[in-house]
Amino acid sequence: MIDIKDLHKSYQVGKNKLHVLKGINFHVEEGELVAIMGSSGSGKSTLLNILGILDEADEGSYHLDGTEIKNLTEKTAARYRNKFLGFIFQSFNLINYKSALDNVALPLFYQGMSGKERTARANDYLERVGLSDWATHLPNELSGGQKQRVAIARAMASHPKVLLADELTGALDSQTSYEIMDLIQKINDEGKTILVVTHEPDIAQMTKRIVNLKDGIIIDDKKIEQQKALANV
Amino acid sequence: MFSLERWQEVFQTIGKNKLRTILTMISVITGIFILVVLLGVGEGMKNGIKSTFQDDAENEISVYDGVTTVEYKGLNPGRKIQFKNEDFEQISRTHASDIDKKSSMYRIWSGLISYKDESGSYRIEGVLPDYEFIEKVSLISGRFLNQQDQKATEKYMAIGKKVKDDLFGDNKALGKMVEVSGINFKVIGVYTDPGGEREESRVYIPLSTSQKVFGGGQNIRQMNFTIPKRDNYDEALAESNRIVSKIERDLKSIHKVAPSDASGIRVRSTIEETKRFYDLTSVISLFFWSVGVATLFAGIIGVSNIMLIIVKERTKEIGIRKALGAKPFSIIGMVLHESIFVTTIAGFIGLILGLILLENLGPLIDTEFIKNPEVNLNIAVTTLGLLVIAGALAGFFPARKAAKIKPIVALRDE
Ligand SMILES: Nc1ncnc2c1ncn2[C@@H]1O[C@H](COP(=O)(O)OP(=O)(O)O)[C@@H](O)[C@H]1O
Ligand SMILES: [Mg+2]
Repeated sequence: MIDIKDLHKSYQVGKNKLHVLKGINFHVEEGELVAIMGSSGSGKSTLLNILGILDEADEGSYHLDGTEIKNLTEKTAARYRNKFLGFIFQSFNLINYKSALDNVALPLFYQGMSGKERTARANDYLERVGLSDWATHLPNELSGGQKQRVAIARAMASHPKVLLADELTGALDSQTSYEIMDLIQKINDEGKTILVVTHEPDIAQMTKRIVNLKDGIIIDDKKIEQQKALANV
Repeated sequence: MFSLERWQEVFQTIGKNKLRTILTMISVITGIFILVVLLGVGEGMKNGIKSTFQDDAENEISVYDGVTTVEYKGLNPGRKIQFKNEDFEQISRTHASDIDKKSSMYRIWSGLISYKDESGSYRIEGVLPDYEFIEKVSLISGRFLNQQDQKATEKYMAIGKKVKDDLFGDNKALGKMVEVSGINFKVIGVYTDPGGEREESRVYIPLSTSQKVFGGGQNIRQMNFTIPKRDNYDEALAESNRIVSKIERDLKSIHKVAPSDASGIRVRSTIEETKRFYDLTSVISLFFWSVGVATLFAGIIGVSNIMLIIVKERTKEIGIRKALGAKPFSIIGMVLHESIFVTTIAGFIGLILGLILLENLGPLIDTEFIKNPEVNLNIAVTTLGLLVIAGALAGFFPARKAAKIKPIVALRDE
């Protein structure tokens, strides 16, 4: 599903170049649930953003479901993001003046789906994250956990090939974090490929594979015995 | 681009961001409102000036006789020049091709006119039929004097509205007989004059009648001519100057007045007044237009600023939308659609408020200086269009910039 080879990324910081990713090789099969771990500043988000076509690598190759991601125009990048990828952010990134339902429906709007279909599908996904009753509420009327559920529903609604989550539990208490991870596990059980960036070991333990990043290279990559999140709830 | 979906999106954004929308609208509304009112007041001032300047024909030449001050051909200064009917006839004949309307006049400065128990002193002027156009009177009832009245020395009278109001009040004046020095005149017309009350407290009778009744013999007091209208002012001025000097030369030679004598015979042209009128109105136009354009600029800058702020404020949202798959064009379209919609609506509100103000306040401020403040709707709508385009442009550049920045950068914006 995801195939990257010798990926490099540097940032210009003042006069200096900050080499963040120093040759990443990485492969993810369909249906995997992977945690990308590492200390703060190790380049986890940078990697995830490149995978999510929100940012570009300087060197190396990236294939997403067989499609090479390289030198895309902004328009093509937008199409791929919409079609292939679902994003979940630490800070939720919901549009604050749109209801939960409208937030979930937004990627479908950019797919050119009709209003009626959009509402139907958005309602469907809100139900799957257990928020049917909150469809008309604005983000600021929801708890952190509920907001993240809306964000997950939104990421799922466009039927992406891969879900990418950056510290999706970072802003949540542990109880809520486990509930969210339970949802992620369920979605993965249905076959969705999911990558989560986290620096919390307990969250990483709930995935099926942990990739450890340090100083811009992968120092460790192993499959693990998945811990069911529900057991902690 | 302006699909139903987009409209829904725009209405939702507007509805959920009322403060922002209201601020934009206020800026546009005030801009257009001030502009409309300014243009209206400017137009009103022009109208006011027009009506004070244009009480008589704007291309009129008047000839007066007087007393000589320069010795000439053995004749002493201090000699009284007296125009006669034949002077008028000769000038009319020799300059027939240059002259449009013509009239000579015999005048009683103050004559007691009475009707039943009412009476008053008014200026009585014996004139020829063309005088109607020279003085620019307009008849509100009846008719002005005609050639027939002149020939038959009819005791007919056209009276000003003030005279009518004084003597007749609300009663009908037409056909009634008024008395002047024991002689009865029949009222055949009532007129108004753009010169106002002063010029409406006169009465006109046939020249022939006035000379006969008031012992004028062949004497006349002045002659008035108009020259045909020209397309442009400079041409009219040159033409007028040419005719003025010809008439002056002819009359001075007939009456043996020195060419340098400025008071024996005087020939005046209103065209120079008209020039002053044109100059003044163009100064006023220029002033109001500059202020208006400055206001418009302020409005445009205001809208531009708001658009910049709006786009800045929405950077994060734009990042989110891009992460969800919004294409750059769709981001630009979203911002523009909203800004065009909001500025257009606000512009119309400003336009209508301005028009309402002018419409209602206009009649109340009908002073000498401001008359009929009105605004050219075309200009107002064009201005509005400009503002909308400016708003769109003002939105376009920041929107394009926002649409171009990497989503990851936009998302970091707080
Ligand atoms: N846009 C940027 N410009 C400059 N430096 C950046 C930028 N984004 C990230 N960095 C730096 O790159 C390093 C990796 O950042 P990041 O990928 O966010 O780390 P992590 O998510 O693992 O905490 C950090 O040192 C960070 O300061
Ligand atoms: Mg990070």
